[in-house]
Amino acid sequence: MSIHIDPLEKKWIIMTSVIVLLTWVLIIYYAAVENVHPPSNVEVIDSAHLHLASGVGGGEFMEDKLGVHRDADGTLVVTMVAARYGFYPQHVEVPINTPIKFRMASFDVLHGVLIPFSNMNTMIVPGYVSELTTNFTRLGDFPVICDEYCGLAHAYMYGMIKIVPKDDFKLTAEVH
Amino acid sequence: MATSSIKTSELALSAATTDSTNKLAFWNFFVAFAAFALALPMGAYQVLERSGMFPALENAAVYYASTSTHGVLMAYVLSTYFIMGFGYHTAVHSLKQALWSPRFAWVGFWMSTIGVVLAAIALLSGNASILYTFYPPEIAHPIFYIGAALLVVGSWFWCVLMIVSTVQWKKANPGKPVPLIMYGTVLNALLWLWTSLGVAAEVVFQLIPVSLGWVDTLDPGLARVLFSETLHGIVYFWLFPAYLVMYAILPKEAGGKLFSDEFARIAFVMLFIFSVPIGMHHLYMDPMVAAGWKLLHMFGTFMVAVPTMITGFTIIATMEIAGRLRGGTGLFGWLKKLDYTNPVVLASTLSLLMLTVGGWGGVINAAYALDALIHNTQWIPGHFHLIYGGTTVIMYFAAAYWLWPKITGHQLYSNKLVLTQLWLWFFGMWITTMPWHYLGLIGQPRRVDTVQAYQQAEELVRSWDFSMLIMNIGAIMLLVSGLLFVYILFMTSRQPTISKAEQEVSYAEAIHPPLRVPTLLNSLSFWNWAMLIYLIASYGYPVLQFWFIGTPESPQWGI
Ligand SMILES: [Cu+2]
Ligand SMILES: [Cu+2]
Repeated sequence: MSIHIDPLEKKWIIMTSVIVLLTWVLIIYYAAVENVHPPSNVEVIDSAHLHLASGVGGGEFMEDKLGVHRDADGTLVVTMVAARYGFYPQHVEVPINTPIKFRMASFDVLHGVLIPFSNMNTMIVPGYVSELTTNFTRLGDFPVICDEYCGLAHAYMYGMIKIVPKDDFKLTAEVH
Repeated sequence: MATSSIKTSELALSAATTDSTNKLAFWNFFVAFAAFALALPMGAYQVLERSGMFPALENAAVYYASTSTHGVLMAYVLSTYFIMGFGYHTAVHSLKQALWSPRFAWVGFWMSTIGVVLAAIALLSGNASILYTFYPPEIAHPIFYIGAALLVVGSWFWCVLMIVSTVQWKKANPGKPVPLIMYGTVLNALLWLWTSLGVAAEVVFQLIPVSLGWVDTLDPGLARVLFSETLHGIVYFWLFPAYLVMYAILPKEAGGKLFSDEFARIAFVMLFIFSVPIGMHHLYMDPMVAAGWKLLHMFGTFMVAVPTMITGFTIIATMEIAGRLRGGTGLFGWLKKLDYTNPVVLASTLSLLMLTVGGWGGVINAAYALDALIHNTQWIPGHFHLIYGGTTVIMYFAAAYWLWPKITGHQLYSNKLVLTQLWLWFFGMWITTMPWHYLGLIGQPRRVDTVQAYQQAEELVRSWDFSMLIMNIGAIMLLVSGLLFVYILFMTSRQPTISKAEQEVSYAEAIHPPLRVPTLLNSLSFWNWAMLIYLIASYGYPVLQFWFIGTPESPQWGI
């Protein structure tokens, strides 16, 4: 059965398809070539027992392991816990224009983390480790904001991050 | 073929059928707009509270109870009841046949309504301040979840009636195309059945058992994936009837004809099939879904732009026809000739303007790479208020103004006030949501009752001040406009009655009304099978993975 499609409609459909295709191509390009991906990391952890060395994913998020440290391969890693109502450690300092890998876990409920003027934005879901690598391009002090409702004091949950020039950065406490 | 089509159009509905349908439509609309009237001042209060300019208002417990109630009433109650009322009316008047069982419809109505009352008790008493997205492991009082489940199950009764009506009509009219507005309505009912499965599974298998203490723990990752299956499709469930008003009512009100019937059907089946299995764009920033799945859902998400673009084209072409018939000439001259004093014409025009901007905002949310900039910032409420509160709800207003006289038998109260109301809503929506979009871009999170805590970053917080001032003005305009809407409907019931002829319902015709359409554009079962396959492909593994990745589950937390 044939259907009646106006020539104008045909042109419109072609134009729309071209726009959709172009968008796909752009996104695939940035994903494949520039490695731009959302923060996906299917890695489980026992959120209720972050303070223990044993258990699923245990040890990494114990209190004395939190903060900025250098990986075996030289990458700067920030290990952080999100818990009602703060990010721990509450103050971190990292250099500008340097890839920083964040590893974060929740101690209780859902949280999110947002650092304004950066692409540091991820959900922190209990039971899972969130990991993402980002580059800060602005100097200064920025709040580390919880961007998912986590309870009545959610708006008071935050930390601070200081982005400093590369030369001024040194690891204050070496964490092993 | 021709004779039978004449016969159907001559079939008049009995007075009893019309009356019982009007009653059904009226009470569904009544609950919808009562919920709207209750939720509206809460929205305005939240804006004022959050702005920090009225210290006397500040109270986190009240703010989050209010936000949760506002979200549930506007997003779930206003929309669902409006859609049910409009759907019952459409099924009877477009198919010209009595509803299979009005009693069945009333059972659904009461089930949903008891659910709404239960949920409202929990919400208003501060026992369900977990926002309308539920997100465990924070757990509300069990009556909230039981209420939500009843609301959803009650709405399935409506879905069944829409499907039965269509199937009955197709049997009685073999080979003929289902009237356009009904084809859209029944696809929307199917859309809702499919898309509500995710949230239904989350509520029944995770939230109710945990809230009642039957089980101790749940996996929040699984809950989020299930909810995402509902979260995108539901938006199209709300939007679909807004489009139907534009396709089936606007052309006649504007004084013309629909540009194309077949093109509309193509848009409808695309809306159905593409809007459900793509919900993982809501999880771009979540850890527990692998990037490949997110990329897959991104492809599907952009496909939804196609039926929206088709709709934009067909509706604007339809308006052009009307404008030219009314004496408009030149490339844009027809725009000046349209009758903007007609509520349906005005609302559709304003709705399309909001859709154009809101749609491009949606493209940014949907982009795999750009979402990180605006995820969970104030941009997001800006976006969905513009698309739902603006584009969609303004068409609910238009439909109510068109239908109210027909179902109540009273003349519409003051067309002038109606036009004022629509314009005020339009400008109020821009003045509220533009600052929100901007605030999101400059780093303000959504869902906070105050920005006091970020004062250490003084410069950042000060950069938010101006936008926070402007949004107050928009919120007040929306409040006034919304109350005006309810007032107009109330006053209409005290107006003189209109004649039976004026209560007659008829829908727009296309320039070339099709006598037959390809089976695929008249079919339900084909598209259901397609949906099943697409859903299994897009959600099968991402849901199943939770049974073998070994997540240590979470205990429940209070608010
Ligand atoms: Cu929070
Ligand atoms: Cu969506």
